[in-house]
Amino acid sequence: MRMIFVLFAAVTVISAGVTAFSRNIVHSAFALLGAFAGVAGIYVLLAADFVAMVQIFVYIGGILVLTIFAVMLTQGLTGVNVSNRAVGRIPALATTLIAGAVMLCAILKTPWYAAGARSIAPTTYGIGNAFLGAYVLPFELASIVLLAALIGAIVISRQESRE
Amino acid sequence: MEAWLNRLMMRGVFGAHPIPVLVYASGIAIACALVLFAIALPFASIVTWVERRVWARIQSRIGPNRVGPNGFLQWLADGLKHICKEDIIPAEADPRLFKLAPYLVVLAFILPWAVMPFSSSLILADLNVGILYMTAVTALTVVGVLMAGWASNNKWSLIGGVRSAAQVVSYEIPAGLSIFPVVLMTGTLSMQGITRAQGWSPDRWFLFASPFCFAAAIILFVASLAENNRTPFDLPEAESELVAGFATEYSSMRYLFFFMAEWGNMFVSAAIIVTLYLGGWRFPHVSPSPIAMNLLEFATFNIKVLIIVFVSMWIRGTLPRVRIDQMMSLCWKYFVPIAFVNLIGTAVWVAIWPAGNPFAAWSMLAVGVLLAAFFVRRVVHFARRSRMELYFHPTI
Repeated sequence: MRMIFVLFAAVTVISAGVTAFSRNIVHSAFALLGAFAGVAGIYVLLAADFVAMVQIFVYIGGILVLTIFAVMLTQGLTGVNVSNRAVGRIPALATTLIAGAVMLCAILKTPWYAAGARSIAPTTYGIGNAFLGAYVLPFELASIVLLAALIGAIVISRQESRE
Repeated sequence: MEAWLNRLMMRGVFGAHPIPVLVYASGIAIACALVLFAIALPFASIVTWVERRVWARIQSRIGPNRVGPNGFLQWLADGLKHICKEDIIPAEADPRLFKLAPYLVVLAFILPWAVMPFSSSLILADLNVGILYMTAVTALTVVGVLMAGWASNNKWSLIGGVRSAAQVVSYEIPAGLSIFPVVLMTGTLSMQGITRAQGWSPDRWFLFASPFCFAAAIILFVASLAENNRTPFDLPEAESELVAGFATEYSSMRYLFFFMAEWGNMFVSAAIIVTLYLGGWRFPHVSPSPIAMNLLEFATFNIKVLIIVFVSMWIRGTLPRVRIDQMMSLCWKYFVPIAFVNLIGTAVWVAIWPAGNPFAAWSMLAVGVLLAAFFVRRVVHFARRSRMELYFHPTI
């Protein structure tokens, strides 16, 4: 179990590294595939089958494809020799140090506890009941935010096409 | 499996001090991959032969009939030929992504077979989230197609890849919404659970359960044609405009991988429709022997799936290609609203009749039979004037 976790974690971290360090923005976008898939694998290890499937469905099937799509459309690129633009080493180093210090603090201060061995039991009923029972208000609020974002996107794209 | 791997480890096949967990994990992964390949490949390959024969008849040709009985082994010959050919990678292409793309497409076509419900016992893993898994992993295809289109460094390929992404992402929405009515009625996402909730007789199929389900099934079928880049939605590989779309620069086995996945995905999406709406493997309990029952159920499932696959080939042989704006307006202006109405209508329907409405089922079945009868009458009318010996002789 531990080895398999390390395997998934390695896939996630290495892909994320490629996304961050690749000089080619399209390579960065495609490397997200490994990161998303690795996270889905970790969800499976945590016996969260529904969340793992939704991770693949939404992140790989939707968000990754739209990211790649957007990268291809905005760059106006047909060649493969496209590089990421960098702001310079010193600002990057400062940002990384601050973000890293904050994250390290959070990691060290959080009281971690290990989840016990969980059997693969259906989680869909529990999630459904929680969404439409105790957490119905946050669920509906999230839906309204998404709907607003959807309408906003349509309005913005229509304005652009009129000009 | 574990004992066998233990013995290999004792003999030192994996080095002096192997890590057992890693060996087990990779062994099980390889075994699963082999089993999935062994199941998925013959189905996909036989579909290629069927498609070539059916097309040939539609176009008044004979089709491949030399290799094996009626050309049945043509797919083996094609595979061997493509393995032996030179694998050309263009000098200006991005070599790593160019090589990776076909494997992603094949991965997306192999993974759904893990939850394919062939019969009451013949299923690799009856996942609790089966249907969600199936729709989620087939979405990987579009990443592979985009990758192929971009890495080829060819304008035709890029346009093909981007068209494919736009098309698949759009049609995923009505297709996903057309799956939910069945989930609402059964209360489960498991493939076997959905199949068991239906009966063997057509009046207890979800296709005829309510008018909303009937509409949802038709939307799911058309959307699956679009998601598999099939005519009339084959814009990503439109031969007259884009040479071969995203596959233009590919050759040898990598080229074959794309088309194997395309034909295999026809089978997969037909299997989704059969499981959700056409009763899956359900067959009347005629024999006490479980082996005989499983064989009958396996045959039922495959015949239903092949009928859907045949209809999709028939459509490919008869319809012209739609324009891209027509395709998008069909999806966003018609299918998405209708799919939402289906979803809400089914929710209301389930709230009023939790156990289903037999009268509505029988009326819907009557409507379906009338439509089929009208269609068969037209086909017979045209068949009378055609050359019967060419079109309807199966073994020329």
